[in-house]
Amino acid sequence: MEPLLVPRRPGPLWLLAEVTYRCPLHCAFCYNPVDFAQAGPELATEDWLKVIREAREMGAVQFGISGGEPLLRDDIEILVGEARKLGFYTNLITSGVGLTEARLAALKEAGLDHIQLSFQDATRETNDLITNTRSFELKRQVAAMTKAAGYPTVINCVLHRTNIDHLDRIIEMAVEIGAEYLELANTQYHGWAFLNRDALMPTATQLAEAEAVTERWKAKLGKQMRILFVTPDYQSKKPKKCMNGWGEVFLSVTPDGLALPCHTARMLPGLEFPDVRAHALDWIWHDSPLFNRFRGTTWLPETCQRCEDKEKDHGGCRCQAYMLTGKADATDPVCPKSPDHGLIETALTRAEDNRHTRPLVFRDPKASRRLDRAF
Amino acid sequence: MSTGSTFGARPAINRLFRFQWEPAQQAHVLLYPEGMVKLNQSAGEILKRCDGERSVAEIVADLEAAFNASNLTADVEAFLKMADEQNWITWKDE
Repeated sequence: MEPLLVPRRPGPLWLLAEVTYRCPLHCAFCYNPVDFAQAGPELATEDWLKVIREAREMGAVQFGISGGEPLLRDDIEILVGEARKLGFYTNLITSGVGLTEARLAALKEAGLDHIQLSFQDATRETNDLITNTRSFELKRQVAAMTKAAGYPTVINCVLHRTNIDHLDRIIEMAVEIGAEYLELANTQYHGWAFLNRDALMPTATQLAEAEAVTERWKAKLGKQMRILFVTPDYQSKKPKKCMNGWGEVFLSVTPDGLALPCHTARMLPGLEFPDVRAHALDWIWHDSPLFNRFRGTTWLPETCQRCEDKEKDHGGCRCQAYMLTGKADATDPVCPKSPDHGLIETALTRAEDNRHTRPLVFRDPKASRRLDRAF
Repeated sequence: MSTGSTFGARPAINRLFRFQWEPAQQAHVLLYPEGMVKLNQSAGEILKRCDGERSVAEIVADLEAAFNASNLTADVEAFLKMADEQNWITWKDE
């Protein structure tokens, strides 16, 4: 008798390699885990090559290299080269610090398709303040260098309380640089950003003004430069279908080799994170308890089960639910229907009041060890 | 810039996108920074011919020959107009 053929779920489309937690910047809004300094040793080149091959065999098309600052590893040219050879579209997500002419030429030779450059602000003062470094001039040079190498200029700028009032200048600068694409990502409060939430969260007025400024520029620029304004979760009143669904399209690997369904899932308690050296990616994706834990909608809490939008949002972000309520399987409190939505209201109210602003805690290994917490 | 309505214009895939066949999807796709468009068969067949060498007229003739069809001009032009709006293609001089 013919075996019954059950169609298998598709593999991941996205492989994100977070190749290192090391970083020359010390951004207070970083989503990396606060206790990153306690992670195990970084994967070897061979381990990454195995992951890349396995993911491509499963049908993944997008390969991202991120961190930390990926340029701190000297083997990313090798990883890009292999990924590109196998048919991946290759993305380097970088602060630009450490990108020399020689390095850029080697990456291009390896077949790198795309560079996303992060900017922290348009003014040197805030850029250097928020990153706790002097990196502003360097970033402008790097943008010019990648453009000269023929790469479309794609800039990501994280918005928060201290730079959002400069948005007009930030967009103007992106135009000056000749950017084709500008992503304005409001801070999502994970990792270090959660720790610094009171200092980073903009007021409702700041946010409304930022949206108005963005709309004005969008109308003016049209196709010359696309602008994507990512609404902050807390203010959106709509939970997001995190990562387009847990275990649906995205697979991330941490510097020390743990496979995750989203960048920040390693903060979640009571889960076993499969090591890519010990398991095949195929097993991790299809069969591991981790990737099945919040897949689909059957696990959703009561509040979500009776909601008509459950297929649209899958109950929102698991990490946000856990950080705010202590329960990873709760409805994301961002949703007004969540019994815990008051926690969001409180955070928003605090943002309106300067007295709650705390000094920023910068992301560095010393602070990481001292704080000894996931977020 | 042409909107694709000019018969002699030569469309090419925008350098922001990469066009390739994906065995896992059994489809042509357009890959771009952090994203993918999965194309249906006719979209794939049209874009396959957008090489900056062939004119719209030549692409139409080529498709009509390959698929033993006729009167594809309107369909091809409509698709190219949409592809242009999506920024998938650029136009070489006419």
